[in-house]
Amino acid sequence: MSAESHVAAQVVDLVRELAGRSAEVEVLVRHDAEALTRFANSAIHQNVADATTGVRLRLHVDGRTTGGSTTVTGPDGLRALVERTLAAARVSPADPAWPGLTPPAALHLSAGHHGSGETSGLEFGFDEATARADPAERAARVRDFVDAAGGLETAGYCRTVYTSAAFANSAGQSAEGRTVEAAMDGIARSGGADGVARLASSRLSGIDGAVLGARAAAKARAARAPVELPAGHYEVVLEPDAVKDLLENLATFGFNGKAFAQRQSFAELGRQQFDPSVTIVDEPLGSRGEPAPGLPFDDEGTPCRSLVLVRDGVTTAVTHDRTSAAQAGTGSTGHASPASRSWGPTAGHLRLEAADATPAGGAAPAGPIAESARPLVGRVTRGLLITDFWYTRVLDAKSLVVTGLTRNGVWLIEGGEIVAAVGNLRFTQSYPQALGPGRVLGIGRESVLLPESWGRARYAAPALHLAGWHVTGNASG
Amino acid sequence: MTHFDEAGAAVQAALDAGARYADARVMVRRTEAMSARDGDVEDLGFDESAGLGVRALVGSGWGFYAVPELSGPAARLAGRRAARIAAASASVAGSPVGLVPAGAVEASWANECVRDPLGVPLAEKGDLLVRATAAAKEAGADLAEANYSVWDTRKWFVSSEGHRIDQHIRECGAGVSASAFGDGEIQRRSWPSWRGQFGTRGWELVEELDLVGNAPRMAQEARALLTAPLCPTGETTLVLGGEQLALQIHESVGHAIELDRILGWEAAFAGTSWLDLSRLGSLRYGSELMNITVDPSFPGALGSFGFDDEGTPAAKRHAVRDGIWVGVLAGRDSAAVAGLDYAGSVRSDGWSRLPMVRMTNVGLEPGPHTLDEIVAETADGVFMDVNRSWSIDDRRLNFQFGCEIGYEIKNGRLGRMVRNPTYTGIGPRFWQSMDMLSSETVAWGTPNCGKGQPGQIGHTGHPAAPARFTGVRVGVRG
Repeated sequence: MSAESHVAAQVVDLVRELAGRSAEVEVLVRHDAEALTRFANSAIHQNVADATTGVRLRLHVDGRTTGGSTTVTGPDGLRALVERTLAAARVSPADPAWPGLTPPAALHLSAGHHGSGETSGLEFGFDEATARADPAERAARVRDFVDAAGGLETAGYCRTVYTSAAFANSAGQSAEGRTVEAAMDGIARSGGADGVARLASSRLSGIDGAVLGARAAAKARAARAPVELPAGHYEVVLEPDAVKDLLENLATFGFNGKAFAQRQSFAELGRQQFDPSVTIVDEPLGSRGEPAPGLPFDDEGTPCRSLVLVRDGVTTAVTHDRTSAAQAGTGSTGHASPASRSWGPTAGHLRLEAADATPAGGAAPAGPIAESARPLVGRVTRGLLITDFWYTRVLDAKSLVVTGLTRNGVWLIEGGEIVAAVGNLRFTQSYPQALGPGRVLGIGRESVLLPESWGRARYAAPALHLAGWHVTGNASG
Repeated sequence: MTHFDEAGAAVQAALDAGARYADARVMVRRTEAMSARDGDVEDLGFDESAGLGVRALVGSGWGFYAVPELSGPAARLAGRRAARIAAASASVAGSPVGLVPAGAVEASWANECVRDPLGVPLAEKGDLLVRATAAAKEAGADLAEANYSVWDTRKWFVSSEGHRIDQHIRECGAGVSASAFGDGEIQRRSWPSWRGQFGTRGWELVEELDLVGNAPRMAQEARALLTAPLCPTGETTLVLGGEQLALQIHESVGHAIELDRILGWEAAFAGTSWLDLSRLGSLRYGSELMNITVDPSFPGALGSFGFDDEGTPAAKRHAVRDGIWVGVLAGRDSAAVAGLDYAGSVRSDGWSRLPMVRMTNVGLEPGPHTLDEIVAETADGVFMDVNRSWSIDDRRLNFQFGCEIGYEIKNGRLGRMVRNPTYTGIGPRFWQSMDMLSSETVAWGTPNCGKGQPGQIGHTGHPAAPARFTGVRVGVRG
């Protein structure tokens, strides 16, 4: 039994002691050790680490529900948490939407292949070396990134995160698991142009700072002396970093079970809403040789599993916690989080399936182009190659119309080749519409594992060739 | 009970391990949040977080380590680890790090709080949200939501230069919103803004908002928006309400004047700034009506404090005076790099996060007009208010905002309601077009300002009043 499991069981016992056996209780104990080495102007300027254990408790007593958490995990702190939460529950308003506790259920410990019946055979993977990584190992990767940029100014981070967690509830469900993540994300800067390279991995040894630094520098050099283009609809090739933004927004606003139940999402189950080439799956347990990026259970103790959200262009599922599932008359998909009851359950490990075969036609020369995008660029008569999106915000949640800007490199493609760097552009575009039937002209063969810049979600994205993208102006105005 | 001893032990351990400067802050924070939907409480939670974060400077390298335990041994461990991390930073070192003088301070500070938000009975707070959402539902909302949040933070700060400062900051706020669902479109109206209004005040702030009284109007306006004409497209005169102007200030001024961005320290993620330090004191940022101040001493605003997280006392300072850029948001190390003699804008969002340059209260000083006068003086234009979406580039120049509601202005009067109002522009051009500014200032609170890696959420304040801008592109659509 892990230290976290021991604390979780303690808290369940405490609640029973103080509130009786009729109280419904669930406890999540989570230990996170995060270390992040940040660099700018080609030097490390922020270098942080923390190790925190937090206990999250949810109670349902006499028809009333309250949640609470603490980082004070000694006996007095745990008792104070229980007493405080119980006292609050007794004077809280009634909770008619309480969905009940997760019943005992076994964890799915091996990664599946989006429901096709094929399994990767992976056990729930964990890299001890990454969990124990020290500041010098992260600094070494920063040094490699800086050196590989060949004198260009660089900035970014290298991080490792180790999580060990346990869940217990009064219905008899208990679970424990641990996970580890490494990521590097950096830019190189040249003459006012930036190039980016980022990668997530379940092993720090899988992160090569030199490879990433060289890639970022190649992009920055190729992005110098940009031209400006008029507003309009452009055929585009989106590199994996830009595709990640589509996946993030689809997860947050489209496949969100609460938004779906409240008719705020575009999602319609069973309907062909995307191009037939589009299959999107949430993979918290990993696949394709990558160990699990997330814990094997959610904050309500529901076992996580692969979930196909879109298969061959047909929307097949949305993500649920127990509350949104009850509202929708279905079961939880294992996406509960501290925020899911208020903001809705969202997927954190989306994969857009890469193409099985290289798209027909010649590939463009490497240059600044990501590997996944080269064959796609080679098929474009006139269009844009976009590396990354920035500050995307939803204008209308239902249609998922998003405005944002390009970042870290845009190029004009003519006759299958890059002909000019382009300045950053502002766009306003419905994401589901951009991926709609007939709008996806090609998908790259290679998926790239990408970290979320802000939180700990992870995405697997290939490049995408889309028929149209609505550019509303130049970033320069 | 104080925690100066633990903070002091962490600082001493860092010094013993080779640091030439160290500081530590113990923070104990209790938060309470409730949300309601359609007449029922949806979620209620209480969180308590306590721990210590220590920052060490070894040579030219910074290190930071945080622990959730408040004990002498844990504090000393944190101090040693911070120094070890700082030593690793030195392996990829930059320029020598200096700190502008701060002056050792021993002090205690707390904000004014008439009614302790955590002392208000839960039943009373729940009843408020239930009644507000029920009122919106009865008035025709398809979805009615309300929320409140409370933060109660105590800090103990010690530095190797002799600081010993404790602070008690209480913050709260609330809001209600109503949504109407149309054919493929949703319209939302929020009071007083989408997330609500927040400040460093007690529950009296929430009581003044009158959520229940305003909820029915939100529902009616959301419903009316479904059939309102679209916002016109083209260049026109734009009048912004104070709530939207607060976010305009936040995004296109507040972030742009953060010195860490200007120096490139945030280049990879949050971005840089279009501002060039060589033009500080001479660059025209906006019209002569534009006077932006940084004022963490503003009573009751969400970004107020007695001392920042480096121990610098709160002080009001101009960032833009009569339209000229004259000041930045700085920390002690960034100010030293830039050759400036002031800091005071460094904060962390908790004990486990590194203090960094953050907005405090960045606001627009009042102008000579009223909103009624501004509308009366406008022959043809659009009025927009209450933010719905925001997006700005990584240099804080090109922005596009969407608002919840708009109205045509014709011949000095508000005309038809318009839906999906949006506007776009370039920061300094936009601010230079400001030709009328109201005196009706409200210190709007933004409780969700994201910055840093690992991510931090900042609480910022933005005193703002309605204003008029000319030649603005509106009605941008996909």
